[in-house]
Amino acid sequence: MIEVERLAKIYQIGEQKVTALAGVDFSIDKGEFVAIMGPSGSGKSTLMNLLGCLDLPSSGVYRLENLDIQGLKADQLAEVRNRRIGFVFQNFNLLPRATAQENTELPLLYGRVPNASQIALEALERVGLSHRAKHKPTELSGGERQRVAIARALVNRPAIILADEPTGNLDSITGAEIMKLFHDLNRESVTLILVTHEPEIAQQAKRIIQMRDGKIVSDEINVVMPC
Amino acid sequence: MLIWVLFKMALRSLVTHKLRTFLTALGIIIGVASVISMISIGEGARLQTLNTISKFGTNIISIKPGQQKSRHVTTGKVDTLTLDDANFIENNTPLITGVAAQVYRSSQLKFENKNTNTTVRGTGPSYARVANFTLDRGRYFNDEEVRSAQRVCVVGSTVLKNIFEGINPLGKTIKVDGKNFLVIGVTASKGALSWFDPDDQIFIPVTTAQKRVFGMKHIQSIDVQAAKIEDLEIIKEDISRFLRQRHNILEGQEDDFYVQNSSEFLNSWGNAAKTFTYLLGGIAGISLMVGGIGIMNIMLVSVTERTREIGIRKAIGAKKKEILQQFLIESVLISFLGGGIGILLGIAISRIVSNIGGWETIVSTQSIILAFGFSVMIGVFFGFYPANKAANLNPIDALRYE
Repeated sequence: MIEVERLAKIYQIGEQKVTALAGVDFSIDKGEFVAIMGPSGSGKSTLMNLLGCLDLPSSGVYRLENLDIQGLKADQLAEVRNRRIGFVFQNFNLLPRATAQENTELPLLYGRVPNASQIALEALERVGLSHRAKHKPTELSGGERQRVAIARALVNRPAIILADEPTGNLDSITGAEIMKLFHDLNRESVTLILVTHEPEIAQQAKRIIQMRDGKIVSDEINVVMPC
Repeated sequence: MLIWVLFKMALRSLVTHKLRTFLTALGIIIGVASVISMISIGEGARLQTLNTISKFGTNIISIKPGQQKSRHVTTGKVDTLTLDDANFIENNTPLITGVAAQVYRSSQLKFENKNTNTTVRGTGPSYARVANFTLDRGRYFNDEEVRSAQRVCVVGSTVLKNIFEGINPLGKTIKVDGKNFLVIGVTASKGALSWFDPDDQIFIPVTTAQKRVFGMKHIQSIDVQAAKIEDLEIIKEDISRFLRQRHNILEGQEDDFYVQNSSEFLNSWGNAAKTFTYLLGGIAGISLMVGGIGIMNIMLVSVTERTREIGIRKAIGAKKKEILQQFLIESVLISFLGGGIGILLGIAISRIVSNIGGWETIVSTQSIILAFGFSVMIGVFFGFYPANKAANLNPIDALRYE
């Protein structure tokens, strides 16, 4: 599903070249649950941006569902993000003035999918929030907001869901609930990529990729502890 | 439809910032209102002036004595027109319905112990028709009275007000430059222009004026009335030919008279008034531009404020065009709103000016369409830069923006 070969990202800051990602290779299959770990500056955010098609690599190959991403134009990248990728962010990133349902609908609207409100409602039901559909983010708790964000990530049936520190802004109980939701989704064969620096969160993934200085230092299958 | 969703989003964001939206729209409101009211005032003034001018008749050719030039030196003859010229034109020009030779001068009138200064105009019997005067009381003098140079006069309504003050003037005798004249008629009022009051004059037979009052042989003006406006040019040519013949002007020499068509005068006046209207509209248009700059300013603030929102939209798949549309819809909505309220305000202002200033105003559909179309264009034009800025934001930077 995901194939990455010698993927590199070099930023030019003034006269200085900063290598954020120094050529990484890996592949992820459908239905996997992968955690990408590493300290800050390890290149995991850069990798996340590249995998999320928010940015293009300086060199190397990134293939998503057999589609070559490098070389795409901005609007084509937008279309890939819309159809094949769902994002879950640490700070939820919901539109503050839109209701939960409207937030969930948004990817469908940009993708011009008919029946958007019905599909959005189903996605909210899947994360257990259909009763809060008409509430705005300010009227929801942190956990509920993240559930809305997950519903929004799911709603277009993407190839992968990219979660960037999804429990970072939540207390441990709510965080555990969100992780349980991820497990449930993964059991329904949704492919998950989780970026985190918390070992306890990473431990729940089936595979852990460790990064340092723009390179992968380890890539291991993890035996998931029952939660 | 996505565009409908974008429209709803734009509307929601405008409603959320009600005061800001209103203040931004205020620039456009004032701009549109001033364009509409200024044009309506200008148009009103123009039509009012033209109406008054056209009361003098629009199918008139006016002949004035001119200065003969030889080798670009003016020889100063202004007594080239005679009563015979007028008679000749009257008897020989086709397509005309009246000729009125005139002499005029400002003179003193006296009735009993009251004095006034007014224009004394010596004319023929057809003058009243040619100059579009109607009689309020009495009658105009006839051919016989002109031929025998009788001392009779017809007074204008302003003169009536000035020296008769409610007395019936018919049959009374007034003194013009010390000579007695019998009042036989009063003209109906035509209304004054700012520089000229046609009612402030008296009319006497042209022969009487020449021989008994002014002591002159020539005449000062001939008004020729055409049957149809279309014939004015032909008549003008005929008159020029006759007069050149009669005055023995050789080929190559310049005319010793001027022939002017009243509709030309009307046109040039109309054009001057139009220029005035454009000027007013243009000044008002500048305020509309300033309103547009206000929109741009607020939209730039709005884009910066909503950087993160733009980042979110881009992350979940909004294309450049869709972000651009969203912000353009907002700026156009503001200018639409401002334009709509501005039209109502503009109409109200011109009504108020009409009522208070007693000045006729005309709100034309064109000015409304012009002002409204212009304001919407300003919304697009000044909204484009901020919207484009939003559309070109890098999604990663936008998502990280605090």
